[in-house]
Amino acid sequence: MGFTWTIITLVIALGLTWRYLGSYMAAVFEGRVHFLGWAERPVYRLLGTGPEQEQNWKRYAGSMVIFSAVAMGVTYLLIRIQGSLPLNPQHFGAVGQALSFNTASSFMTNTNWQNYGGETTMSYFSQIGALTFEQLLSPVIGIAVAIAMVRGFSRRNSPTIGNFWVDMTRGLFYIVIPIAFVAGIIFVGQGAVQTLAGTASFHDSLNGVTQTIARGPIGFMEAIKQLGNNGGGFLNANSATTFENPTGLTNWLSIYLLLAIPFALTYTFGKMVGSIRHGAALLAAMVLIFSVWVGYTTIAEHQQNPAVAAAGVHSNVGNTEGKEVRFGDTTTALFGVASTNTSTGSADASYDSFTPIGGMGLLTGMMLGEVTPGGAGSGLYTILIYAIIAVFIGGLMIGRTPEYLGKKIQAKEVKLAGLGALVMPIAVLLLTAIAVSIHAGRVAPLNGGPHGFTEILYGFTSPGNNNGSAFGGLTGNATFYNVTQGIAFLIGRVGIMIPALALGGALAAKNVVPESLGTFRTDNGMFVGLTIGVIVIIGGLTFFPAVSLGPIVEQLSHGKFF
Amino acid sequence: MLVHIRRSIILALITLILTFAYAYAGTGLSQVAFNNQANGSLTANGSTLIGQNWSATKCPGHPDGSCVFQGRPDDLGPYAANPKSTPPVPGGDNPLVANGNSGQSGASNLGPRSKVLLSNTQALVSYWHARGVNPTPDLVTTSGSGYDPNITAADALAQIPMVSRATGIAPSALRALISRENNGAQLGFLGSSYINVLQLNEALAKLH
Repeated sequence: MGFTWTIITLVIALGLTWRYLGSYMAAVFEGRVHFLGWAERPVYRLLGTGPEQEQNWKRYAGSMVIFSAVAMGVTYLLIRIQGSLPLNPQHFGAVGQALSFNTASSFMTNTNWQNYGGETTMSYFSQIGALTFEQLLSPVIGIAVAIAMVRGFSRRNSPTIGNFWVDMTRGLFYIVIPIAFVAGIIFVGQGAVQTLAGTASFHDSLNGVTQTIARGPIGFMEAIKQLGNNGGGFLNANSATTFENPTGLTNWLSIYLLLAIPFALTYTFGKMVGSIRHGAALLAAMVLIFSVWVGYTTIAEHQQNPAVAAAGVHSNVGNTEGKEVRFGDTTTALFGVASTNTSTGSADASYDSFTPIGGMGLLTGMMLGEVTPGGAGSGLYTILIYAIIAVFIGGLMIGRTPEYLGKKIQAKEVKLAGLGALVMPIAVLLLTAIAVSIHAGRVAPLNGGPHGFTEILYGFTSPGNNNGSAFGGLTGNATFYNVTQGIAFLIGRVGIMIPALALGGALAAKNVVPESLGTFRTDNGMFVGLTIGVIVIIGGLTFFPAVSLGPIVEQLSHGKFF
Repeated sequence: MLVHIRRSIILALITLILTFAYAYAGTGLSQVAFNNQANGSLTANGSTLIGQNWSATKCPGHPDGSCVFQGRPDDLGPYAANPKSTPPVPGGDNPLVANGNSGQSGASNLGPRSKVLLSNTQALVSYWHARGVNPTPDLVTTSGSGYDPNITAADALAQIPMVSRATGIAPSALRALISRENNGAQLGFLGSSYINVLQLNEALAKLH
């Protein structure tokens, strides 16, 4: 009953968000929202640029890459010197070189994979200035790239696709910061901690226990962690802890925030290209795949844990290992699917302890390329790449040059889309193959048997897709994983963003061909089906062999323990 | 190139200032509007949001921890450091200065077909059977945070034989207590219903 109402209320809230946040974001990036103009204009003056100075795709991509590198440098520097900085009540020293590289790369790319425990590693200054800093700007970079690519479809014969600095400023001022601030207040009101006062100690006279509790500026980091599809929490156990995610309401709010921007951006896309139906078609493809993943993962987690059953405890309660009582098994599975299908990677349970099929739902949700609905911005530009491939295949079937929104899709566009779709699987599979071939890779898993392999595969699938969730048993804080994952974050981010911007540039330069009787429709059920087919077939063909060695073998090993 | 670098540094600095403004404005507002929550929901006996280890509670004439309701076996200390130690000690752990090797929030991360998970679970089942309790899944599995402060009504009801024997309070009175302390799902549908172990034991202490 409770789960049904959770779904119903989410559908209603997200439906309204799709419509209204979607059109609001279109207005923001088309320069029709001005209520913070007094703050916006001085920023443009300082930057020496403004909305009237447009960039071609190469300059846009160059600005994006250089800004990302500078932001990554800020994070790296701050956590390396945190021992000499203020706001460090627990006197944490510098973070090591390899771990700092991994962390800076992870947060800058919107991944938020964490090879450290937050409450025992990072000072309050680092949590705010190094990490929350990236959590505010990295989703905006993603949204900016998506918007720039969409301009490729909405403009004709245009050499430019917008101004990166203006898109960044608008995204920060009008979208990310205000929404996160409101959500932060709700988190704290429900019990999330928000203080700079350091740890708290007390003695319980009932049981003689003395506890020292980690605290910090958690609640507002939590809000942007979920809204921006970041996923990196203040505390090691992330959203499973009561100080990050105290109640059923904050858990619902987290799921809502994860899905809000990625879904709404399809409306923004439809609005900007002048055809809401085209945005709705992408939304339909996302929602259909997402629903299937929610369905089977939830059913899997509602089964009893095999080890608990083998120990002689029989009940109709689902898998409780690694889960919190206040959320229950079904809502936890929904959270997990929402978090892994959106490139967020926050966790309100131990994903490592999910049942084999439940864990496979999380793993394969990422392997589909983070498009269902994907991360803030990254979901939209990646599904547009898949849509171009779908259009190309549709064009091959009917034997004419394919068009999408009146733009001819020719050899150059298909090559760029192919590149964008293949970068991630190559990085993930190659790195997994290297890890299982060398000692440094094989010592990391906590669990034995096929589950250990799944931990390694997950440990590269999540970085390669900029997700950031983990099968936490993997000991990633070793030089091999810190460095290889640090590279995987960058490949999975920039390796797709640059083809996406190049596509935007190539499409913007084209004229629009008038629709004719022979035009392949790209806003109907047939096209939705074709896009779903492309997403599932590319992901399935690429990853099925690897998945079959992990969760599938584990599921089939009835009665065996490893 | 140079102009990009200059702009990048300026925008990074502006964002850094905005981030601190965001965090400090949030902290200021939280401290004023939700002072108790923002500081960790602390009460006289600890935070209601952080599980505690009840298993070492002294119960004269009875095994330790049998005169109170226990939380989930979240003790990352002895439990994770030495899974073979029998019996492992169930109960919420100490989130920062843990009594074992952990020192931070976290789950067991053991897979569903893990031999270690199986032997841990079997040891926990024996622990409960020795106290006359027929355990529920929550009582033999660890949580996601490592300090889940809550149990379900079923988890509490299962412990009635143990608590009743050690305290001399009638099972019917304990059932009534559990039903009083049971928090329904928030707004009737968000998450699951739960009982806060600290509040349950505070109420139990008043029955003595």
